Amino acid sequence: MKVLVCISHVPDTTTKIKFTDDNSALDKEGVQFVINPYDEFGLTRAVWLKEKEGAEVTVLTVGGAEVEPTLRKALAIGADNAIRVDQEAVDGFQVAKQIAAVAEAEQYDLIIAGRESIDYNGGQVGGMLAALLQQPFINACVGMEVEGDKAELTREIDGGKEKLSAQMPFVIGGQKGLVEESDLKIPNMRGIMQARKKPLDVRQPAEVEARTKVGTFEKPAPKGDVKMVDAENMDELVRLLHEEAKAL
Amino acid sequence: MSVLVYLENWDGNFKKTTWEAATYAAKTAEMLGTEAYGVSIGQPEEDLAQAGNYGLKEVIELKDEALKSFDANAYGQAVAQVAQEKEATTVIISGTFNGKALAPALTVALEAALLTNVTQLPKSTEPFTVRRSVFSSKGFNELSSQADKQVVVFVPNSIAPEKVEGSASLSEGSAQVGDAPRVEVKEVDRVKGQIPLPEAERVVSGGRGLKGPENWDMLEELAEVLDAGTACSKPVSDMEWRPHAEHVGQTGIAIKPDLYVAIGISGAIQHLAGVSASKTIVAINNDPEAPFFKAADYGVVGDAFEVVPRLTEAVKEFKAQN
Ligand SMILES: Cc1cc2nc3c(=O)[nH]c(=O)nc-3n(C[C@H](O)[C@H](O)[C@H](O)COP(=O)(O)OP(=O)(O)OC[C@H]3O[C@@H](n4cnc5c(N)ncnc54)[C@H](O)[C@@H]3O)c2cc1C
Ligand SMILES: Nc1ncnc2c1ncn2[C@@H]1O[C@H](COP(=O)(O)O)[C@@H](O)[C@H]1O
Repeated sequence: MKVLVCISHVPDTTTKIKFTDDNSALDKEGVQFVINPYDEFGLTRAVWLKEKEGAEVTVLTVGGAEVEPTLRKALAIGADNAIRVDQEAVDGFQVAKQIAAVAEAEQYDLIIAGRESIDYNGGQVGGMLAALLQQPFINACVGMEVEGDKAELTREIDGGKEKLSAQMPFVIGGQKGLVEESDLKIPNMRGIMQARKKPLDVRQPAEVEARTKVGTFEKPAPKGDVKMVDAENMDELVRLLHEEAKAL
Repeated sequence: MSVLVYLENWDGNFKKTTWEAATYAAKTAEMLGTEAYGVSIGQPEEDLAQAGNYGLKEVIELKDEALKSFDANAYGQAVAQVAQEKEATTVIISGTFNGKALAPALTVALEAALLTNVTQLPKSTEPFTVRRSVFSSKGFNELSSQADKQVVVFVPNSIAPEKVEGSASLSEGSAQVGDAPRVEVKEVDRVKGQIPLPEAERVVSGGRGLKGPENWDMLEELAEVLDAGTACSKPVSDMEWRPHAEHVGQTGIAIKPDLYVAIGISGAIQHLAGVSASKTIVAINNDPEAPFFKAADYGVVGDAFEVVPRLTEAVKEFKAQN
């Protein structure tokens, strides 16, 4: 079984977001980049498939050379090999097309993307990739049991869950639940040493045009000062919520 | 040229966000100087003609057997076919779980641009430009379509449904989705009568400060009197005090209710990322230094076990009088 895990390279969740002086982009100065948290769940799930079913696990990122430490980390966690498509990621469609080009050549049985990247929160790549490859798509996937070339899956829906089955090859948009937080694999010394020797294949991008253009960035308007209400006086809080905030 | 909107139903019922989507579509059509159409899939129990009250001209109903259960590709293709028929250049989708799942397939079928996480009506239509939330509400960004068509996925609760005079005509359409690569749905398990978080106008949320799952009764009572949904911080769902679906934040659900009441939650940056877009935030915490007070509109320093029942009583009294 060949498994592809799509890894998005994103600012660490504790990052205080700043934009460049002309507000045209994220100011990357001092920002630490990590594996997108949603993709971490998918990666650990894939490594389990390697341990239990002998799957071959490839990780892939579309991006410049600066994403390589993130791919190395994924290798240290247990992926067998890595691919970097050498093009700056600018839009979900462009990224999906690049991954689709690799997938058409490599023929994976299972592609694990994340529900969304925590940078632009697009939630686009997995579903577009599935549509481009003409494969089933399971978004917000919180459970997957693989049996031969079939899988029983669970996905989150508004106010509940849906159980379904799918035939490989298919694409999922994964999240917590694929594995639990406590199961997440973290790189150990041995993994880090081995990762140095694992192949990281840099591929030339396919010819693709983005379909969106990013304009100016802006920080949210700062909150006014918090109004403190005495703990004994909840009638006052209700009054404020009603009269001032119009939230009641 | 026209605008098409997907009118989602849940077990046959529409929700507020269905009409948010209709309003979004009608207003976008107005900006473009054209008409807005709706597409409905399945057998809604409610009257579809009410879509006219939100400015839609016509609703096309798809009742094909092949669309009985949800599938991202099949639904995406079905909506695309109606869009083509109606020569729609803009398709509006509410960012529900199913909406987000079908939008990419729809976009691919239409060779459109996909604009997601949109928080306002379009800023302009030439080029088609929207404002979207990025970095988990830590920023906003203008995004323009560079294609001839665009699919817009907006964040539920970003725009208010707006009623107008009118009635929509209904027509039955059909979609060919036999070739869609699809999944087989076995079981849909939805909690009945509960307000799904992304749509809740008010949310009461609990953190580790509540000490254990047995203490959620008081939180649920407050939620009930406020007609609110319930949410929790990540550790609370990790410890399985509460179901995972209630976990809000950067790695959970992002919400933007009118009122968010945070009880015994410290206000970590990853938590705030998912809730800071709320219109009004109340933080209840026994530590005056809790970071949440910096992100809140109203703060109460006190023991949740005393403050919450008191607040519940106060809301009850308020409701009795109003
Ligand atoms: C990659 C990553 C992603 C994350 N994603 C998320 C996310 O999506 N959502 C999320 O919530 N967190 C997330 N976190 C975790 C986050 O950093 C915090 O650890 C978490 O939000 C803390 O939860 P808490 O506020 O419930 O608990 P705590 O931080 O333990 O806070 C409990 C609070 O309760 C107060 N308290 C205690 N007793 C009482 C009482 N009797 N009455 C009133 N107040 C009381 C305390 O003063 C304290 O402020 C993430 C972390 C990482 C590293
Ligand atoms: N540049 C990228 N390279 C590889 N995979 C990506 C990239 N961007 C996004 N993805 C994948 O697509 C998922 C959804 O991302 P997005 O559509 O950007 O929200 C992520 O969780 C990743 O699995």
